[in-house]
Amino acid sequence: MLYFVARRLVSALSVVLVTLIVTFALFFVAPTDPAASICGDRNCTTERYNEIKENLHLDRPKVQQFAEYTVGIFAGRTFETSGVKQECNAPCLGFSFKNDRPVTDMLKDRLPVTVSLVAGYAVMVLTIGVFVGSMAAKRRGTLGDRALMSSTLILSSVPYYIVALMISLYLTILYPILPRGGYTPLTDNPGAWFAGLLTPWLVLGIYNCTQYARYSRGSMVETLSEDYIRTARAKGLSDRVVTYKHALRSGMIPVITIFGLDIAGSLAGAIFTERIFDLPGLGNLVLESLNNYDLPVIMGTVLVASIILVAMNFLVDVAYSLIDPRVRLS
Amino acid sequence: MTTPANEPKDLQDMTGTEAAADAKRGPSIATRERRQGSINPSGETPYLEVENLTVKFPTADGLVSAVNGLSYSVPLGRTLAIVGESGSGKSVSSMAVMGLHDRKRTQITGSIRLGGDEVVGLPENELMKIRGDAVSMVFQDPQSSLHPLYTVGNQIAEAYLVHHKVSKDVARKRALEMLDLVGIPNPQRRFKQYPHEFSGGMRQRAMIAMGLVNDPKLVIADEPTTALDVTVQAQILDLLNNLQKEFGSAIVLITHDLGVVAEMADDVLVMYAGRCVEYGTAEDVLARPRMPYTWGLLESIPTVSAANERLRPIKGLPPSLLNLPTGCSFNPRCPYKDRVKGERCTTDLPELLPVDGAGAHTSRCHLHDKASIYEAEVAPRLG
Amino acid sequence: MSMTTPVQDNVPANGSVTPLLQVRDLKMHFPIKEVAGLGRARKVVQAVDGVSFDLKPGASLGLVGESGCGKSTTGRMITRLLTPTAGQILFKGTDIARLKEKDLRPFRRQLQIVFQDPYSSLNPRQTVSNIISTPLRVHNLVKKGKELDRVQELLERVGLNPEHHNRYPNEFSGGQRQRIGIARALAVEPEVIIADEPVSALDVSIQAQVMNLMEDLRRDLGIAFVFIAHDLGVVRHFCDEVAVMYLGKIVEQGPREQIYGAPQHPYTQALLSAAPDLGTIRGVPPKERIRLVGDVPSPIDPPSGCRFRTRCWKSEDICATQEPLLEIKPRSGSGHTAACHFAEPKVDLIAETA
Repeated sequence: MLYFVARRLVSALSVVLVTLIVTFALFFVAPTDPAASICGDRNCTTERYNEIKENLHLDRPKVQQFAEYTVGIFAGRTFETSGVKQECNAPCLGFSFKNDRPVTDMLKDRLPVTVSLVAGYAVMVLTIGVFVGSMAAKRRGTLGDRALMSSTLILSSVPYYIVALMISLYLTILYPILPRGGYTPLTDNPGAWFAGLLTPWLVLGIYNCTQYARYSRGSMVETLSEDYIRTARAKGLSDRVVTYKHALRSGMIPVITIFGLDIAGSLAGAIFTERIFDLPGLGNLVLESLNNYDLPVIMGTVLVASIILVAMNFLVDVAYSLIDPRVRLS
Repeated sequence: MTTPANEPKDLQDMTGTEAAADAKRGPSIATRERRQGSINPSGETPYLEVENLTVKFPTADGLVSAVNGLSYSVPLGRTLAIVGESGSGKSVSSMAVMGLHDRKRTQITGSIRLGGDEVVGLPENELMKIRGDAVSMVFQDPQSSLHPLYTVGNQIAEAYLVHHKVSKDVARKRALEMLDLVGIPNPQRRFKQYPHEFSGGMRQRAMIAMGLVNDPKLVIADEPTTALDVTVQAQILDLLNNLQKEFGSAIVLITHDLGVVAEMADDVLVMYAGRCVEYGTAEDVLARPRMPYTWGLLESIPTVSAANERLRPIKGLPPSLLNLPTGCSFNPRCPYKDRVKGERCTTDLPELLPVDGAGAHTSRCHLHDKASIYEAEVAPRLG
Repeated sequence: MSMTTPVQDNVPANGSVTPLLQVRDLKMHFPIKEVAGLGRARKVVQAVDGVSFDLKPGASLGLVGESGCGKSTTGRMITRLLTPTAGQILFKGTDIARLKEKDLRPFRRQLQIVFQDPYSSLNPRQTVSNIISTPLRVHNLVKKGKELDRVQELLERVGLNPEHHNRYPNEFSGGQRQRIGIARALAVEPEVIIADEPVSALDVSIQAQVMNLMEDLRRDLGIAFVFIAHDLGVVRHFCDEVAVMYLGKIVEQGPREQIYGAPQHPYTQALLSAAPDLGTIRGVPPKERIRLVGDVPSPIDPPSGCRFRTRCWKSEDICATQEPLLEIKPRSGSGHTAACHFAEPKVDLIAETA
């Protein structure tokens, strides 16, 4: 087991390293000129342009730039613009000259918002989605099952942003049944934190619960027809124990794969939800920096997002091996 | 709910007179199923009594009678083999005994009694108490019948915990004891292993350990060796035989393999198209069979001891349960139906009657001279 | 495993008939990766490790053994569904073991295979007519427009209603599907059919029908069979010659009467003794019962010397150090070979009722 985790960790770290190189290549070797974008269109003189280039070491060989960037992540570095020194502490992901702040600080502001949103979402899909799916599987073929499944189909065939916009418009603005979205840090005011996130949670959660329910149902129906489920019943276990202990454990394996990727994707930015409910998360940050052409921020976000993705994959693998002993061997 | 303990004896008397009456009346289309089948060929008091069991379930093409008027009984310490080909109803009937059929869709009529207590119609929570405790099951494929994600030991201990209010530690000790009993070396280490770390034979041993952990009165073994290799099959059959001596359980062995039947069974029941067509002691059914279908089965098996004579297969295919032939279900495939006067084979369903007018060996066939046909024609071909 | 069994010397020079198929020291080693600590170790599954035999025209050779003995892998190599790791497959003198796909095509026609599972080996979306006529077209065996006639002829030959050529496999029962599989193999007029457990998925009464069909084909068309099965009764019935396999090697080989009547190798003796037999009730029960302990070892790391020694009651030191050769033993009949240091014929293992 320990070996298994170690092996997966090594491969996860190597993926992160590759991502680092690729992101760096995409943004700094790309035809767009970072110095020109920092310099701006107006009042950009050749002198100023050259100074930026020199200060940012953009005139140095690419390999050296990459080395400095990488070292900066672990040791921090100092940037100099217009004679002003800017400290960028480790882990330094670059410096946003547009916002005059280190990228890391900006991400530190935004990440808790997205994490809060996704954490609540994860709890919803894993409990409600999986439970509804398992119940439907247990009662497959009955009226309840069919009603449940057709309603989830209807809901999931409406595009997400329409559902989110409609709910936001009707239930929080026109008929304010639900609190309006917004973000207050948990440490400042837990009540406000909860209230601000409730509507986004519900919208994101219920919409995606339908897919989790369908997915879990399919997986559970298959598992419930396995021979070992019959064995469990033959032992004299109750239907409840058979379904929620014996079947659920196997039935969850495919769901976890989807869940891991889904959560990783949402963490990297639930753009629609953050936009519609006005949450200052990573997704909004990406949109802003794309608009501003703020390359260091985009690059930092991409890097962090890919690390999250790799980390989630790693966690899924570990979860797999905890659930299924056969995985540890292969 | 409970049946008086002396009923088997009453039944026997009734059977005798009914059979005699029937012989005088002549054959009739058997709409009313008779009770004689529940007499055990050994004459001992049965633990399991199945009487006039009918199992129907709906399919896309209509209601199917998978089992039709089946009666048999098994006393403690005795093994009944139910033999038949796929679709003959042999598995369906035993699933009904365990209450493992799909309860919403399946219609069950008739009676199944365990130690005199009626099981048919019991609510699920009552059945749960019986399942795995008084009656347990060993399935065909130990690879797919064990949960791949739980350790073998935990699965056995769980079976014990369901029916005993004891600590996990006691259940663990019991499971270790059972692993040892079924001949799994190094139980302490094996307890913690997962099914995929076991070989096929070891897995089936573990399944048997799980089946016997609660000291059941009745074990239903559904093709327990079909998925195993020959040398391992021999080990498992020996194990089942030895354990039966030790535990004294009644065993219902479901199989298609007459060789396994010969090794294991005290009594044999042959099923065809949902009905019992021959029933008696193993010696009666295998050495003195009195039903053309049983003859056909015996003649189709290539045995290790037989010379290279041409096999004599049963012609044609088993009938669809949705569209059974009129009269005897076996008549379209029966090479002897011309020897019955008139069209009785195609019009009248033969009843399950004692082959020699009385006794426990019964068969469902209109032929009059079954004994002489067998001795003169079939037996020489079997060698 | 460099030790090669010198079978060539042992095969009886049966003068007049030259073998149709000669298999020489055939090996199939599947590389696998196994987890070992932080890395992975490359290992080899020795599925088949040096198998040799001859097949004469119209003969039938049975390959018997338990799961994992390599009998199916051998069948797949002969039909070149697998490319052997080493060894020769001489079909009428040409070694087809390493032929490229293009050069192999004429031989594919001669060597056909019938699979175990009639449910998964027929394409459910093709009509029976399509299934059978595809090989006819591939090998240009029939003129355009005459295909249906040939298909119907074949269906009739295997005992199916020729009118049913337009049906799909799911409209047939297991036994009928196996007949379709046989018709497909027959379509190209092969000289050898490899039958891989052709009846083990079928019910007893249907099994006998299919066995008889194959026997007719052998007799009428002179097709030679390599018959792969785990059921000793079925093999005894169908095959003139039997090779018993254990962990990738042939441990005993010879004419049917010898193998069943006076087996020499302990494994063959154990197999025969373990086969449940009706004789116990109807005739004389066998005098001696042999029960093997334990399971077949892994083909990844087979025992040294004799591979059967870990389960053998006769095993001594020499068995671990020296691999026994498949050779004629002092007391064996002609053409009967066994790979055992302590080979000794044993009779009375099966109830002789005949």
